[in-house]
Amino acid sequence: MLSVERVALGYGRHLILHDVTFSVEKGEMIGIIGPNGSGKSTLLKGICRLLSPSQGRILLNGRDLEGMSRGEIARRIAVVPQAPHLPETFTAFEIVLMGRTPHLGRFRFEGYRDFEIAWKAMGITRTQPLAERTTDKLSGGQRQLLTIARAIAQEPELILLDEPTAHLDINFQTEILDFIKGLCRESAVTAVAVLHDLNLAAQYCDRLILLGRGTVHALGRANEVLTEENIAEVYGARVHVYPHPVNGLPTVLISPQGR
Amino acid sequence: MVVLLIVLGLVVGFSASVGSAHIPFGTVWKIMLSKLPWVELDGTWSRNTEIIVLDTRLPRIVLAGIVGTALAVAGTTYQGLFRNPLADPYLLGVSQGALLGAVIGFTLPFDSHGLSGQSLIPLFAFIGALGAVLAVYAVARSGRTLPVTSLILAGVAIGAFLAAVNAYLIIKSNNEELHGIFNWMLGYFGMSDWNEVVIVLPVAVVGTAALWLYARPLNVMQLDEEQAQHLGIHVERVKLILLIIATLMTAAAVAFVGTIGFVGIIVPHAVRLIWGPDHRSLLPLAALVGAIFLILTDTLSRTVTGPEQIPVGVITALAGTPFFLYLLRTRRRGTFF
Repeated sequence: MLSVERVALGYGRHLILHDVTFSVEKGEMIGIIGPNGSGKSTLLKGICRLLSPSQGRILLNGRDLEGMSRGEIARRIAVVPQAPHLPETFTAFEIVLMGRTPHLGRFRFEGYRDFEIAWKAMGITRTQPLAERTTDKLSGGQRQLLTIARAIAQEPELILLDEPTAHLDINFQTEILDFIKGLCRESAVTAVAVLHDLNLAAQYCDRLILLGRGTVHALGRANEVLTEENIAEVYGARVHVYPHPVNGLPTVLISPQGR
Repeated sequence: MVVLLIVLGLVVGFSASVGSAHIPFGTVWKIMLSKLPWVELDGTWSRNTEIIVLDTRLPRIVLAGIVGTALAVAGTTYQGLFRNPLADPYLLGVSQGALLGAVIGFTLPFDSHGLSGQSLIPLFAFIGALGAVLAVYAVARSGRTLPVTSLILAGVAIGAFLAAVNAYLIIKSNNEELHGIFNWMLGYFGMSDWNEVVIVLPVAVVGTAALWLYARPLNVMQLDEEQAQHLGIHVERVKLILLIIATLMTAAAVAFVGTIGFVGIIVPHAVRLIWGPDHRSLLPLAALVGAIFLILTDTLSRTVTGPEQIPVGVITALAGTPFFLYLLRTRRRGTFF
């Protein structure tokens, strides 16, 4: 459903990614991994057209993103930003309801259906008890869940997540990724997530894209991408990779120097 | 909303009845109603009374109301657009630009009050205001985007520059010019007549309506610009349209009555504290509260000390600050209504 073809992305003259090519199938959950500054967030910005590629093209269901309006893109692609700013005087429900924006004409108010969709999205993310609270009274994890609820209310075909589990405890991390995974399985939503934690990426993603040296270094299933050699080459870190004791997926372990 | 409309009606009536000649509240309303084409009322009042109400007091009241609306609505928009509670309608140099225009108008060698009796000062001020904002815009623009931070910084810098120019010109001016300039600076409704109302009214009404149509995008932009784009808002376009409308409204208001501080920054805050942050209700409420507030303060300014009038800007600050501080101390969304 998404195909990225020989794309180059950057800010002005400063090129960050080049020759990026991959495609994503409907219902897949894809993880983008790579060291700091390898262009993970830049790639996400390209896919939601906050940045336009200087070369190549990005197709959504066969249509070039460049030919689509902001509204059209927002009806198909939702983005969950990393630690987003939420205006503190709005209530949680109002924030989730904003997800309906691309589906409403400028002169139309939200209707009963929109309230229902927003409320259901809060049900899926278990944020309904927070609905009446203003956002300044929510924790970091709750805010993250709220932006995911907003993305769900947007009814997109594709959800992009920029480190959705950063700053969250281990319980929230699994909870949030379970939600996303569930969405992909049950509602045939496609997800592309930037993830910092290699073990989370291995556990949850159908395929991984490892970025390094300005382009795609490796692409495939977790056991193909997360090898000791790949990680040493891209991150410059010496790690040990073992199969997970329960499901056999690769697990990345570190050992401090001198031990 | 309905309550506020009724309050507005009462305030207009009250304001028209007080003054150097007291006219009963009922009579004021009868006079106003009798001018409506489909209303028949027996005139039990003197011709003089009618002139005082319709030609002296009412234009001034209506103008104060319109200006209050324009400033409050523009202030709400600027605060929303910049996501900055300190933003006011004069942030982008409107007031200093208008002042420069007015100062030039007052100090011109020929009589700028000529030309069929209509003062040219508003025209000078309007051009000055727009010129200043255009300069700010040109400086702040980078490529096809208009970063909010650059806009605010450019506004402050150009405002400061114009203030220096103004200070120099004012020092160089003679006493008579100085008096005119000073009165204009603090907001002066004294010369109001229907001609001014006819010019400012459409700007304020059309502007408020146009801004209201952008209330939802403005709500979504409270997130931040990136998230607003993710939700399908064409941020740069909306920003530009809102800036243009709000600036035109401010410039029109400033051009006729000078820089009236406080209304544009405090009324939006007060309304937001009481009724919450949704711009779809915020904008019309601010429009009504702004009108009521400025009519009341202008009434005070012309009655409190008798014939000698206090500039309305002094009253807005003196009367508005305690009220606002009270709101701030007791703020909690939804506890008022």
